[in-house]
Amino acid sequence: MPRAQRRIGEAEPGSVRTNRHGSHRDQGEREVLDYGLTEEQQAIRELARTIADEQVRPRAAEYDVTGEFPWPVVKKMAEVDLFATLVPEEYGGLGGTMTMNMVLATEEISKACGGIALAYAGTALGALPILIAGNEEQKERFLPQVATGERLCAFAITEPEAGSDAGGIRTTALRDGDHYVLNGTKQWITNGGDAEIYTVVALTNPQKGPRGASVLVVEKDTPGFSFGKKEDKMGIRASSTRELIFEDCRVPVENLLGREGTGFITAMKTFDASRPGVGAQALGIAQGALDLAVGYSLERRQFGHPISSFQGVRFMLADMAMKVEAARALIYAVSRHIDSGARARPTMYSAMSKCFAGDMAMEVTTDAVQIFGGYGYMRDYPVEKYMRDAKITQIYEGTNQIQRDEIGKILIGEHVSGQRRGR
Amino acid sequence: MSEPSPAAPHPALTTLSEEEEMFRKAIRDFAESEIAPRVAEMDRNQTFDTDLVPQLFELGLMGIEVPEEMGGAGSTFFTSILVVEELSRVDPAVAVLVDVQNTLFINALLRWGSDSQKERFLPRMAADTVGAYALSEAGSGSDAFALACRATEDGDGWVITGQKLWITNGNEADLFIIFANVNPEAGYKGITAFLVERGTEGFTVGKKEDKLGIRASSTTELVLENVRVPSENVLGEVGKGYRVAIETLNEGRIGIGAQMVGLAQGALDHTVKYVKEREQFGQPIAEFQGVQFQLAQMATQIEAARLMVYNAARLKDAGKDFVNPAAMAKLFSAQIAQEVASAAVDLFGGYGFTREYPVEKLYRDAKIGSIYEGTSNMQLQTIARILLK
Repeated sequence: MPRAQRRIGEAEPGSVRTNRHGSHRDQGEREVLDYGLTEEQQAIRELARTIADEQVRPRAAEYDVTGEFPWPVVKKMAEVDLFATLVPEEYGGLGGTMTMNMVLATEEISKACGGIALAYAGTALGALPILIAGNEEQKERFLPQVATGERLCAFAITEPEAGSDAGGIRTTALRDGDHYVLNGTKQWITNGGDAEIYTVVALTNPQKGPRGASVLVVEKDTPGFSFGKKEDKMGIRASSTRELIFEDCRVPVENLLGREGTGFITAMKTFDASRPGVGAQALGIAQGALDLAVGYSLERRQFGHPISSFQGVRFMLADMAMKVEAARALIYAVSRHIDSGARARPTMYSAMSKCFAGDMAMEVTTDAVQIFGGYGYMRDYPVEKYMRDAKITQIYEGTNQIQRDEIGKILIGEHVSGQRRGR
Repeated sequence: MSEPSPAAPHPALTTLSEEEEMFRKAIRDFAESEIAPRVAEMDRNQTFDTDLVPQLFELGLMGIEVPEEMGGAGSTFFTSILVVEELSRVDPAVAVLVDVQNTLFINALLRWGSDSQKERFLPRMAADTVGAYALSEAGSGSDAFALACRATEDGDGWVITGQKLWITNGNEADLFIIFANVNPEAGYKGITAFLVERGTEGFTVGKKEDKLGIRASSTTELVLENVRVPSENVLGEVGKGYRVAIETLNEGRIGIGAQMVGLAQGALDHTVKYVKEREQFGQPIAEFQGVQFQLAQMATQIEAARLMVYNAARLKDAGKDFVNPAAMAKLFSAQIAQEVASAAVDLFGGYGFTREYPVEKLYRDAKIGSIYEGTSNMQLQTIARILLK
């Protein structure tokens, strides 16, 4: 067999079946569910899609291997103002329906690479505490640089001994004159080392435990702030994950977001708004894998027919498509709820959108590898990467076990608070 | 322990004979002392530690069913299955080398080899020669009989030309069973199995695949350009290679089932240890019912799969029909291995996603179980055909 035949199924922009959206049929042929997106939302989606097709997809395999941070791609995202979607108009951003916009952009980039998408989505997460709890001066100081993509953000709560049990953090930020002095280690911080603006949850009053937690903005290059090793991960390898090490790191009191002691309230509000973003990442990864699987099933011939002619294969594809669409509907609905400014807390629904989409992405990407058969297991083909990338969506920003725990507690009316310990 | 009552003459599937128990213990000790320290590095470098291969031979793991007079262990197919399971607990990539050697290569030689072929090859297999089994090609995966590799008769031998793809043990093997068609007009009835030695002129081992999992195991292309093979190297009859292929794979599937059961057990073992150590919310996470239930689910899935695998293997040793049980065992074991490994990564949380901890590798390794030696869809088709017969 000629070597060239081994490339079947790979997305090749410009080929007959692959249009520039990465799907394997022309948009005109495909039935697309109308989610009633506004013109602005459609424009943002289109912008992200173009970046994904032109900048992200061609380089996804390379960054997966090297594990380097995709700076050239990030620069392109910044050039087209993608980061402006994360910031209100008054601070140099696009404003509007910011959750939905972030979700649409994350979904599109994740279709091409779930790892590279995190430079954007991780910045969204890191900027949220400033949006939620920052004062006017802080917003003016930090957000315009986020909007231009000049500086990336990262959110830091997890520690080696405080994963699901976020209330168990030990990093301290003790007041000393007009500074807070930070000591401690944060672990698995997305964009760690590459971001310049860090929103860090630390104990300003350790005696009060989680009630003594606060969020502070710490800028890269602050003396006493360094980075530990970069993690070697199963998936999302284009995204940097590092330890943050604080050793007598002095941060001015002007960098405290909100009041002392409100750290966990800010963190919870942050997760309420960010979890649909993880859902969108999972959604994009799943959609990307599904598109590849559909394309491959049309091209791969066994028993004298394209394997798409077998009902067993079509049923798998149908199940995958149903799961993807159900996740999309849930994520979009939750995002709209958040953007509407409705008073009802979206906590349970945010958790559902993340948990459902993460589990869905794992199933769909696993089945996509299955449809590619032996080729799917090889790194020459793009689908095994989707499967590796999908797994993290069941783990970070609260494992899916924690999401279920929160959903369950809200359902039975138990007050959920990061300040509670134990069951 | 009480004596078995006369009313229950059949021992339980999981009750091991003395010999089986001895094998299991020897392998467990070996796997934990010799393989475990090398697993992460072999995965990272995508290389099989060459020091391990002679040790596998010394332990008698490379000729389990080869008769003792030929230097083998003279044991049963079930023992091969136990060996594969035990090795897979520690490293499924090491296990597959042993699996292919025993459940495919030696199995095919024992079943289809002539007396002289057995005498020529079996002592070598038991002593120092790794075997590989080459059926798949770029255009024929599930549709195995559409293979394009050709063999033409020439004097007192055959000349083979073609390419094979995804051949496990390609780098370590010195002896290959190659399937080629001698008469394409006859369709699958032209398929013939040949024994081909590494080093034969025109035979080269091609590119090694870069894979999601089982990265220490070599998966290679084989390129055959006018490779001359003597007639005495035809395995089984000319034109009956399709039977060699199908029937060997029936047994091979039980081996893959065992690999997946061992893998899942390994993932569960790591997880049980971890949840007792990891504290969150002021207590080991093993204290949480949500965690306990997940562990219980994993253990139950593994036990069910193990019973299916053991039953299929014992049926094979008893000379009973085992095609359907083997297909079911492979299908189910591959499914649960993926679920169990996935749950293990979940329970390790962020640590589970990093390469410093062992479960992410097992998770990557698990996926191959539903692909090689017949994809899950092909198992479903076999099971459905038997049901509807």
